[in-house]
Amino acid sequence: MSQMEAAKTRKPTSIFARLALGIRRPAAVHDFHGGIHPPEMKHLSNGTDIAPGPLPAQLILPLNMHIGAPAKPLVEPGDKVLKGQMIAEPAGAVSAAIHAPTSGTVSAIGPRPIQHPSGMDAICIVIDTDGKDEWIPHGGISDYTEMSPGEVVDTIRHAGIAGMGGAGFPTSIKVNLGDHQRVEELVINAVECEPYITADDRLMRERADEIITGIHILQYLLNPRRTLLGIEDNKPEAIKALKQACKGCDIEIRVVPTKYPSGGEKQLIQLVTGKEVKSGQLPAHVGVVCQNVGTAFAIKRAVINGEPLIQRITTLTGDGVARPGNYDVLIGTPVSDLLRHGGVDPDKLGRLVMGGPMMGFTLHNPGVPLVKTSNCIIAASPEELPEPPPEQPCIRCGSCAEVCPANLLPQQLYWHAKNDDLEKAQHHNLMDCIECGACAYVCPSHIPLVQYYRYAKGAVRQQAADQLKADKARQRFEARQARIDAEKAEKEARRQARLEANRKKKEAAATPSVDTAALKQASLEASKAYKAAVKAAKAADAEGAENAAELKAEADRLKEIADKAKAAVRDAGNAAPAPAPAEDIVSKLKKQVGDASSAYKTAVKAAKEAEANGDDNASELRARADELKATADKFKAELRDAKANAPATAPAAPQADPVAELKKQVGDASSAYKAAVKAAKEAEANGDDNAAELRAKADELKASADQLKAELRDAKANAPAAPAPAAAPADPLTELKKKVGEVSSAYKAAVKAAREAEEAGADNAAELRAQADTLKADADHWKAELRDAKASAPATPKAPPAPTDAPKVAETTAPQSLKAVDPDAAAKRQKRLKGLKTAYNMAHKQYKEAHAAFERAERKEEVSADELNAMQQKVDKLKAKADNARDALDALVEDAKADIRAHTGKDLKTLKLEAARAESALADKKIELDKLVSSSSEDALEALNSELKALESEAQIARKALKQALEEQGLVE
Amino acid sequence: MSLITSTSPHASVKNNTGAFMRQVIYATLPGLAVLTWQFGWGSVINVLWAVAVAVGCEALFLKARGRHVGFYLKDFSAVLTAVLLGLALPPTAPWWLTLVGVGFAIIVAKQLYGGLGMNPFNPAMVGYVLLLISFPVAMTQWVAPGEAPSFMQSLQLFTGQLPVDGLSGATPLDTFRTWAGNESELASHGILHGDIAGQGWEWVNLAFLLGGLYLISRKIITWHIPAGFLAGIAAPAFIAWQIDPARFADPLFHLLSGGAMLGAFFIATDPVSAATSRMGRLVYALLIGVLIWVIRSFGGYPDAVAFSVLLLNLSAPFIDYYTQPRTYGHDKPNRGTGGA
Amino acid sequence: MTAVLIAVAALLGLAAVFGAILGFASEKFKVEGDPIVEQIDGLLPQTQCGQCGHPGCRPYAEAIAEGEDHNRCPPGGQDTVDALTDLLGRDELTLDDDGAEDADVAKVAYIREDECIGCTKCIQACPVDAIVGAAKLMHTVIVDECTGCDLCVEPCPVDCIDIVPVKPTLQTWGWNRPAGIGQRPDSRIEVVNL
Repeated sequence: MSQMEAAKTRKPTSIFARLALGIRRPAAVHDFHGGIHPPEMKHLSNGTDIAPGPLPAQLILPLNMHIGAPAKPLVEPGDKVLKGQMIAEPAGAVSAAIHAPTSGTVSAIGPRPIQHPSGMDAICIVIDTDGKDEWIPHGGISDYTEMSPGEVVDTIRHAGIAGMGGAGFPTSIKVNLGDHQRVEELVINAVECEPYITADDRLMRERADEIITGIHILQYLLNPRRTLLGIEDNKPEAIKALKQACKGCDIEIRVVPTKYPSGGEKQLIQLVTGKEVKSGQLPAHVGVVCQNVGTAFAIKRAVINGEPLIQRITTLTGDGVARPGNYDVLIGTPVSDLLRHGGVDPDKLGRLVMGGPMMGFTLHNPGVPLVKTSNCIIAASPEELPEPPPEQPCIRCGSCAEVCPANLLPQQLYWHAKNDDLEKAQHHNLMDCIECGACAYVCPSHIPLVQYYRYAKGAVRQQAADQLKADKARQRFEARQARIDAEKAEKEARRQARLEANRKKKEAAATPSVDTAALKQASLEASKAYKAAVKAAKAADAEGAENAAELKAEADRLKEIADKAKAAVRDAGNAAPAPAPAEDIVSKLKKQVGDASSAYKTAVKAAKEAEANGDDNASELRARADELKATADKFKAELRDAKANAPATAPAAPQADPVAELKKQVGDASSAYKAAVKAAKEAEANGDDNAAELRAKADELKASADQLKAELRDAKANAPAAPAPAAAPADPLTELKKKVGEVSSAYKAAVKAAREAEEAGADNAAELRAQADTLKADADHWKAELRDAKASAPATPKAPPAPTDAPKVAETTAPQSLKAVDPDAAAKRQKRLKGLKTAYNMAHKQYKEAHAAFERAERKEEVSADELNAMQQKVDKLKAKADNARDALDALVEDAKADIRAHTGKDLKTLKLEAARAESALADKKIELDKLVSSSSEDALEALNSELKALESEAQIARKALKQALEEQGLVE
Repeated sequence: MSLITSTSPHASVKNNTGAFMRQVIYATLPGLAVLTWQFGWGSVINVLWAVAVAVGCEALFLKARGRHVGFYLKDFSAVLTAVLLGLALPPTAPWWLTLVGVGFAIIVAKQLYGGLGMNPFNPAMVGYVLLLISFPVAMTQWVAPGEAPSFMQSLQLFTGQLPVDGLSGATPLDTFRTWAGNESELASHGILHGDIAGQGWEWVNLAFLLGGLYLISRKIITWHIPAGFLAGIAAPAFIAWQIDPARFADPLFHLLSGGAMLGAFFIATDPVSAATSRMGRLVYALLIGVLIWVIRSFGGYPDAVAFSVLLLNLSAPFIDYYTQPRTYGHDKPNRGTGGA
Repeated sequence: MTAVLIAVAALLGLAAVFGAILGFASEKFKVEGDPIVEQIDGLLPQTQCGQCGHPGCRPYAEAIAEGEDHNRCPPGGQDTVDALTDLLGRDELTLDDDGAEDADVAKVAYIREDECIGCTKCIQACPVDAIVGAAKLMHTVIVDECTGCDLCVEPCPVDCIDIVPVKPTLQTWGWNRPAGIGQRPDSRIEVVNL
């Protein structure tokens, strides 16, 4: 039948027919703007009863037949399933379950072409049917009021019901409004305004009773003030059937004039209630819930009969099939099966549409399945739905604006979409377009307007997504930049502090003036870094970035560093007093140590309390405590130094039995360590957050205990020497040796502690490492001095060492580099490093000597002021020289480290970490092996052994790499 | 077997732009018939010659622009432009006048702007105004109504072999303009007093009104532009006439003189150069009408459809700026264009 | 003579009045900061790829504001160049890139995880921290965060990083723009399984 003939039958119900049927239009019927009257073509399929659909050999069930998250499969290929068995459950709130539409075997879960205009594949569950159609035990409830509304909603959710009008929004969400939302009107959509489709029409004619029951269930759930059923006046039989089924019930049947798109949700709401849903809002915002009749029917089947949504009425129509009509098809039936069932003539097929001719989409593949939303298949002949003619220029005739139900200006949208002027298109409310196709239907120039709008909408969404991604990228980039800057600043500050500390130590004895320039510089840099971090944090905060808090914390940390640096500057400024006598120094240091220790203890206590309370500043306090501890340690070290030096300058000073004291200290430290370990173990067992921290603390305590033990050892070793202080000046070598031993052991302990801390991922690992580095520098210094002393022992102590007396640096074997390293360059660097070290040592020694001479001279009264000045100048000059040498050395070391980074792709720290990690993995495995030795089978042992070996070799590799890298650059530890 | 894949909708109306344009051309036929009855064969000759020139120019320029000639010619837009310009020209126009006007309309006012749908000005009116300014004498020489020259005379006028002077006479609008304020003179000129309004022209305008009503009934055009147009002329005319009937013509005379109906139903309704929304079109047409009355009453030209339409073409984007409809779901209509 | 004086006085008076108004306006409606850099930065694609020769998008935005050519952003494509042309009111420029065909296609990095040796070099190169992994452990790209800048490709010692176009999914798929005037909006597809 051609369109022209169809057009003649457009108004099937004359005024007389309507009067006879008792249909009357409500007096005050609302209207919406625009709309069209395409040929209805409903007579093709609405003349016959609903017939059973085919039972295909295979059913294809896409996991995403609804709006929302795809369902989660509950079956696996090979599983037998029964009809009605849930095979996929809803994943998340907005999702719907899927059930086996018949019995059979799951043959695959994988990508299949699905119902989508793109023609893309999506994950589907494929069921090979067995033809038995065997139900799973199921049953409903005859009186739904016995269930609570919540239980009914649950039933609907588990029945997998999704809006059957076309959108497929999970029904359980729509009927489960919060208590605060009052439903004024429940609108039942029975309009079916699209041409060709008659599924709802036939359903209403034949199963009106069940639909009414379904609507009653909806009323029970939503408790609306009134229920309005909107139906077009071209379905007189359906209206009659509904009226009969609903005698005396409280459902108002509103007959609306036939006009496309009356069935659009917002249009229907406007038609029957006069309410307008605001742009971007849902009907619920104006107190309206809209449900399709098909959905109401499915709800009835689910609640009363206990049948999940496994089949639906689908209209098969078009000139391409011999038996058009409505079929009760199983969800998942391939379209091709239904077409064959309806007697398709492939030669007459020109276009295959799923859905109506106005809003449906053409199928790329007849193998796609029918899903919960598939209300119609049009197998159209080329004459029926002819090929669209070529697009002609828009003449702005305005026909489109006349018919637009959203009252848009489609011609303007077209111009802007065509020119990619998305901003203007959005200004003309592109996003309010419902894509009903009325504009394209009437366009005399046959412009595919809807495609232009869909394209533009996609582009708008893409643009928004891109913008979001760009913003996120910017934030991440800025955060990264801030982090890198902060790290750099921190490193610099630490380096400066270290340099300064060294310098200060050297100067502490004599120079009244402290060189604060470097400190100031460090402080300035730290402040700058802090300010940058604060700015970044603020910006992030303003943009509501996720990492704002992180950045803030970073800023706080930097502030602390800056404060520390400032304090250092301040201290340096204050610490310019004339050198005190040695005894004074010792006592002062003792006092300082005491003060610092108690301050540290207080801080630790505070930090512990804060941690227990879960305070925010716990970490800050902890950091503060660590800082204090470092201070205390420094003072202790200084005290030790002073004590060690004391015999030299003040031989009379008696030594309280240091061995006994140390023994006590060691005992204390050991027990503290044991307690800490116990606490850490307990925390680990409880899975507490601070377990790692406790472990680190324990390690720290262990380190200090070790240190003390080492000290004790030293003390014991020195004990005989102590009472004979007079020997000290005479034997500087022994003293130096002792010193070296002391510092070395301290350094080793520190390294160990640092490594353990690093392994545990403790926060203060870096600090410990830094401490260790300081100690190392110290140790190196003493070693060098010892070497010097040894070398110059035969000569007079005052004689400046000749360059030829250069101290020997530990011999290094020519390194075998990990990657091709220029051996010449490495050798050169080594040579230079050696030279610089020698130069520095020399300069330092000269300076010290000069300084000592100056001090002596100062004490003597006969030396004139001029002479003193000259000496002072000399001392300064030597000091500058030593500093220069030190700086050059440091620069070279940094350089070498950078080189290691460049060659190995890792910095020294990474290499160290890697080595440490490998070691610890090895240790862990060893323990595991030990444990297993008694209990396990031979095979397991074998496996573990080989694993152990592999780890061992890995550890070796790491160790070797570290060593090589270090050696290569002459940085032997 | 191959299937069509396309975006929805899958059905559409049967008509197309060409059919649309043809309907408008058919609707001018009553007017053309009356013009011929009153003023001789000149208009028919003009229209046919204009169509030939327009199709030739269009084809030439489509070719030059590398477009598919057949596809674009089938939209009949060039033919319609030619028909409208042919109807607007005096029946005494020689061949070169039409050639220049239509050529300019098609080439400059349409193709150089990018062809159909891209022209900001009504091409027929651009051509008309060009001729009116360049050849004012030739453009104002109408024959006296009822004294239609013979077909041979019309042909000779067209080829330029017959001087116009002997045949020409003033139009009602011209006459009224000349004698406005002089009651006795106005009463003595018979041309001002036909059966309904100005002699001869009353029937021409009624015929165009008939064609226009046909277009509205076929939904080719909406009522907004003609109604606004005519109201725009009639309202000020009525007020002024009430104040001083000797100086101002009555509204009916205005509505049924000159190009009023042709303008209202066929010229101003050109959708490409008009305003877009319903409201915008109403405003647009109303302003055209008022402008016509103003120029007719106070300006230097006897009729003003072409000038008024072009001036409002110029203002159409501005009108669009302020007259967008309220989209469903929005509290108030948009303003502006949303872009720079 | 008086007339001349009056004229001069009037002009001077006007100058003074307008000067005052302009001065007031410039104070009253002063624009803080240099928003042009923000605006330029907003148009740049934020891939932070450095192909423009600057370390990140913002530095390039600053450079553009100071007069550098605005056509050196291949990830942004010609669209970005045009948008910048509009914003800055400068001469139109064409994109200065290697003329790659697929310049406009969105891309992401993909690490062939079997081949990754866990060297962390790509992690250090990534300007937006979109690669995760640890030393000796396989690395992977957080696709949602990756900007496709390809800065990670070069440092990889085993060349296990590919820059692949982002595949459309059902969620990101969109309709094409119709072919335009004179073209039919449909296409035909061969169907065999019926």
